[in-house]
Amino acid sequence: MSQQSDTLSTARPYLLSAPALLLYVGVFMIPLIMTFMLSFYTFDITRGGILSGFSLENYTEVLSDSYFHKIFLRTFVLSILVTVFCVLLGTPEAYILHNMSSRWKSICMLAILGPLLVSVVVRTLGWAILIGSDGLINNTLMALGLIDEPIKLMFTMTGLVIALVHVLIPFMVLSVWAALQKLDPMVESAGQSLGASSFTVLRKIVLPQIMPGVLSGSLIVFALTASAFATPSILGGRRLKVVATTAYDEYLGTLNWPLGAAIAVLLLLANILIITSYNKFIERKYAQAFK
Amino acid sequence: MRKNTPLALVFNALFLTFMLAPLVVICLVAFTSKGYISLPTDGFSLRWFRAILDNPHFIDAFYLSLMLGFASATIAVSIAVPASLAFARYKFTGRAAIMAFFLSPLMVPHIVLGVSFLSFLTKIGWYGSFMGLVFTHVIIIMPYALRLVLSSITGLDQSAESAAASLGASNWVVFRRVTLPMIIPGVAGGWVLSFITSFDEVTMSVFVASPSTTTLPVRMYEHITETIDPLIASLSASLIFITMIVMLILDRFYGLDKILVGKGK
Repeated sequence: MSQQSDTLSTARPYLLSAPALLLYVGVFMIPLIMTFMLSFYTFDITRGGILSGFSLENYTEVLSDSYFHKIFLRTFVLSILVTVFCVLLGTPEAYILHNMSSRWKSICMLAILGPLLVSVVVRTLGWAILIGSDGLINNTLMALGLIDEPIKLMFTMTGLVIALVHVLIPFMVLSVWAALQKLDPMVESAGQSLGASSFTVLRKIVLPQIMPGVLSGSLIVFALTASAFATPSILGGRRLKVVATTAYDEYLGTLNWPLGAAIAVLLLLANILIITSYNKFIERKYAQAFK
Repeated sequence: MRKNTPLALVFNALFLTFMLAPLVVICLVAFTSKGYISLPTDGFSLRWFRAILDNPHFIDAFYLSLMLGFASATIAVSIAVPASLAFARYKFTGRAAIMAFFLSPLMVPHIVLGVSFLSFLTKIGWYGSFMGLVFTHVIIIMPYALRLVLSSITGLDQSAESAAASLGASNWVVFRRVTLPMIIPGVAGGWVLSFITSFDEVTMSVFVASPSTTTLPVRMYEHITETIDPLIASLSASLIFITMIVMLILDRFYGLDKILVGKGK
């Protein structure tokens, strides 16, 4: 490499990343900018569809119409609920896995992480079969005489939360699991040998150290729920519209692309805002802890 | 590390049941002999598995998804390798910014990518083309490919490379004969995760797939929104079986958690 001129070796890293950069600018940046611009266009069916120009009409419509308020609020509540359940169930599960013998641990890990490799459409289908009004859960409960009429789970928030927790909880387990890997088992034993109860060890030693894992897991789960499409679409349908299914309907149903674009831009901005402020918060809170 | 209490083991059993229940149910229902969704109470029937083969809709979509995953994973990995070399080996102006840029598709919801790609591909006249699908899938899987390839290059001992170079090997020969063989496991892991991510993607593809270029998950999604029948269950069960085999191979060679940890964030 020493024979190469200086200019070439300064240029080399840029040359090496050039193919990816070109692709990103061409197929990633430009489409996003197009959507951003499209969100300021207007849609008028009587005057031939999409009219270019600059207008805030779509944003004022989304931000002032109670129909859209309801959808954004529903998506937010759904994301909070799914995140809370993922934390409450995924964190103890990761800790239990952590305490297992390596043989059992790898079997359980396969069962928990395996579903991540199966398309979300398939996983959602499983829940549709289970929770439908003549689904297996209802049929079994009725056959056992535990209930008289089917519990309504399909097209309800409850059913949607159950299925989304199932779809996203592996991310929470993985994230907490990664944090537990860094845990020094000696500290736990030290706490115990100094007379702390198991509960105290858990609360004062384990929990503070895995908090960053719990927080980054929640962030992933929250962001993915907020933009989830296939599961809400199949299990919620038109009755339980969320932001993603609304954007889909605007694009492929009513063909009002500018309005759909405005919804997409708002979703993207909310996503970026939440991710960056959350990261800032974690950095501030845990910067000293890991020095 | 401490022993799990009985209560913890019960929790674990319930958790695993929750994780596996929907998949197990699909696999059971797939063997029904009836024309509607039901458990195969009167013996197993392969009727609905044979029905898949009579359904060119799904077979075509399956092949398209295979080719799409193959093409996009290969392109993603082959541009991720040089980019990772740049990040791992050089300090250059804008390094952190370019890296963040390459990982940024993870921050963009797939629905937003979907609508953006739809207007983009329509504008340049590529809507409904296979190449259009490939390029959009490359964007989605690049962050995963990049992370796994980069982590395999970062930990690399460079002395073998300097030895080869000092013995007169050209840069290309050093890369081809020394570097590449050493990073192949990471590259292969990146390829597999990319392939799976592309093969399973539905939210973005719903927008860019046209009736003639529909991927398998999109076709299945469209089918499910209309009707849930044993046919879709047997198709899903087949995918679950294939995935299980892939998963066992992956776990044996890499450890599933090592590959999938790249999926989060």
